[in-house]
Amino acid sequence: MNALVKPPVLAWVDVGAVTDIPRRGARRLPSPAGDVAVFRTGDGEVYALRDACPHKGGPLSQGIVHGRAVACPLHNWTIDLATGHPTGADAGKGCTPVVPVEVRDGRVLLGVPAARD
Amino acid sequence: MSRQKLVVIGNGMAGCRAVEEILKRDPDRYEVAIFGAEPRVNYNRIMLSPVLAGEKAFADIVINDEAWYRDNGITLHAGRAVTALDRERRVVVAEGGLEVGYDRLILAVGSDPVRLPLPGADLKGVVTFRDLDDVEAMVAASADPQAKAVVIGGGLLGIEAAYGLARRGMQATVVHLMDVLMERQLDESAGFLLTQAMRERGVETILGAQSEEIEGLDGKVTGLRLKDGQVLPCDLLVMAVGIRPNGALAKAAGLAVGRGVQVDDAMRTSDPAIYAVGECAEHRGQCYGLVAPIWEMCRALADDLTAGEGAYQGSVLSTRLKVSGVDVFSAGRFSGGEGCEDIVFRDAGRGVYKRVVLEGGKVAGAVLFGDAADGNWYFDLMRAGTDVAAIRDTLIFGQAITEGLAGLDPSSAVAAMADTAEVCGCNGVCKGAITGAVTAQGLTTLDDVRAVTKASASCGSCTPLVEQLLKLTLGDGFQAQVGPKPMCKCTSHPHGLVRERILSLELKSIPAAMQALEWTTPDGCSSCRPALNYYLLCAWPAEYRDDIQSRFVNERVHANIQKDGTYSVVPRMWGGMTTPDELRAIADVADKFSIPAVKVTGGQRIDLLGVKKEDLPAVWSDLNAAGMVSGHAYAKGLRTVKTCVGSEWCRFGTQDSTGLGIRLEKFMWGSWTPAKVKLGVSGCPRNCAEATCKDVGVVCVDSGYEIHVGGAAGLHIRGTEVLTRVATEQEAVWVICALVQLYREEGWYLERIYKWMDRVGLDSIKAALADEDDRRALYDRFAYSQRFARIDPWAERVAGRHHEQFNPMSRRLEFAPA
Repeated sequence: MNALVKPPVLAWVDVGAVTDIPRRGARRLPSPAGDVAVFRTGDGEVYALRDACPHKGGPLSQGIVHGRAVACPLHNWTIDLATGHPTGADAGKGCTPVVPVEVRDGRVLLGVPAARD
Repeated sequence: MSRQKLVVIGNGMAGCRAVEEILKRDPDRYEVAIFGAEPRVNYNRIMLSPVLAGEKAFADIVINDEAWYRDNGITLHAGRAVTALDRERRVVVAEGGLEVGYDRLILAVGSDPVRLPLPGADLKGVVTFRDLDDVEAMVAASADPQAKAVVIGGGLLGIEAAYGLARRGMQATVVHLMDVLMERQLDESAGFLLTQAMRERGVETILGAQSEEIEGLDGKVTGLRLKDGQVLPCDLLVMAVGIRPNGALAKAAGLAVGRGVQVDDAMRTSDPAIYAVGECAEHRGQCYGLVAPIWEMCRALADDLTAGEGAYQGSVLSTRLKVSGVDVFSAGRFSGGEGCEDIVFRDAGRGVYKRVVLEGGKVAGAVLFGDAADGNWYFDLMRAGTDVAAIRDTLIFGQAITEGLAGLDPSSAVAAMADTAEVCGCNGVCKGAITGAVTAQGLTTLDDVRAVTKASASCGSCTPLVEQLLKLTLGDGFQAQVGPKPMCKCTSHPHGLVRERILSLELKSIPAAMQALEWTTPDGCSSCRPALNYYLLCAWPAEYRDDIQSRFVNERVHANIQKDGTYSVVPRMWGGMTTPDELRAIADVADKFSIPAVKVTGGQRIDLLGVKKEDLPAVWSDLNAAGMVSGHAYAKGLRTVKTCVGSEWCRFGTQDSTGLGIRLEKFMWGSWTPAKVKLGVSGCPRNCAEATCKDVGVVCVDSGYEIHVGGAAGLHIRGTEVLTRVATEQEAVWVICALVQLYREEGWYLERIYKWMDRVGLDSIKAALADEDDRRALYDRFAYSQRFARIDPWAERVAGRHHEQFNPMSRRLEFAPA
């Protein structure tokens, strides 16, 4: 097996309806490991990242969503929603972890590791 | 050899096409019988929309007339619904007890329109849009010239229905649950254009509307009530909310049925003697409602029934809307996504929007509006998986241009163009006219060419081509032009031109502006969106609906974000004056919400720092209760008016500077400006309010008021310039409001007053304010705009507006995400 492959997601948690997230906007979701930002683009696609910019930890859920990217509200770094990587002038400077997310029947499902026995 | 018996249930498009395909392959193999529930011959259901619109007659859409059945020896049982299948005896049972045996059976029973289970759905005048009976009912309803129609569902069918009814003279309204028309096929930009095009054709659209109840009187529909309480009166209500594959017959016979009748790649159901095809079939988990996949299924089915090897692989979909004069095409992943790249082309003159999505150097999808001629070409490239890297630069201009230029480098391609080839589509200028004018009149710049030939003078999309022509004709004499800097990478237009066009073209929304000004991205960026939002707000204070997703977080949540993601809250203190009651309320709020820091600001306000976002509305509620409103300390707008105590207390004060400051702030608060605006009013030239480093300052003197402009004490430190001197407080207010309005109308987004002054010059500002009528007009525009601006955003949010901005999406997750 490729060592880089992420551990499989074993459970999906329903966190709300797609329409709970404004188009070209985001919502914040608290979790024990810190907040998650769930984004919805102008095209209606849903992405999820840890709610922290790789630069100074700014809450990406509060940024302006454009195309498939978000501009961090603190210092305007632009983060690719699909990869968590900064783009443009800040490319290559760190990365925000991507959170597995799926949309089924208009519901947003977040991937969590299954509880260990 | 005796012929095998083939029975087809369903006399629709799928059933008949399946039979045609079989006859084409092996005309003598089967003895065919077709059952149809409708008492008619087979017709082209997708052309019902033009029939409804009165653009075609029923006779025009008949696919197979009676002669076809007769000539091919097909028995048609029209108007006979099949009630049961007996798979043991291989017999179908129809109404009236008719039994017909089969060797092979095809289910082509289609789908049923979904009827929403709304109260009142059984009223007379509530119809679906599926067959000729529905069309006839709609046509009958449109006979009354006063009649109104409401269509629930803004998908393909709903839009076509509404358009048809409007063509028949009805007032039609489409009510759509989603916020984009045809959201399964169109992105937001195309959806916006469609909404506009429908309006021009007499169809109104209500987006994001949830239907609640159908109202009626005497058993007949009178209107549709929406969840927000709005009632849309109507005499006809069309439900066009989707289709449900018809699996009842198959299920009753014990066949495997999921969403539809499940089939394998040969279109066989779980009983190998029975096939299913068309909208009733479910193949690899997919059900289809468009005609192209049905044709593909019919071919696979016919292959299997004649040669024993059908291999349907599923279909890639494309869609075209059938509304006259509205060209819409959509295919594949039109909205992009991970790893995709967009190429966007807009031509405002022709109302064209094209977006081609590339993935890995191949076409992954396309959405075309206004000019869909190349739809099939993109669709073919997409299905064939053609590598388009070599033609990427011209891809968006379509097949003709791309193939015309193939293999040529840009300059030789331009050289090879015929003199009669059109270069500027907006103004109909061909190559020869441009090169001729350049030579004959000695033109050397793009602007010359524009002035003389009008080429590239409208939409500008041919600018690169015109420049190539100039270069080619002039050789080394050509120098590229350096124009004003574009607003951002999404457009070639500078701020000033965008502002001018918003007014002259009456653009009143961000999508409208992006289309008319030919933005090259689908939804802008974090730089142009806030700018457009401000420009529109400034241009149309009464009409423009603020787009909060195009605002920086501080203006979205009406507080200042801090480095740790908490917020700071600054209540307004008019002119810097406060009271013991206000101070007590502020202290109580700080205690109640455990606010960690309280600070006095440079603008004479009190700042509560470290407020948690979810506490903001409650904090505001308490401050509101004590009579305080937002201090807009976060806004590209009027911030503070700093004052000294002036003649009221100070032994040197010449005028009531505190009173003037309060008056200015009470009149100007809430106004949005290109960048923040801070005012200061000092009661004497000692200038204790530091008015001469403010954006706008007043220094009171014995004889009246000196109005200052263009100070700064931030990134740059700048003293103000004196704009004018006036004798009365009233005149001071007039001049200052007129000045700020001039800045609101001329400033570029994020350009502070001193930078605007550097750009346009103090003299130009003085000149604009010199004439009393001009000044008055500016003041009036400011006052008009303030009618819509002086609303406390905190109170609105305490009342629940945009509550989603302050609350997490759901309760705290119990597990950390993977």
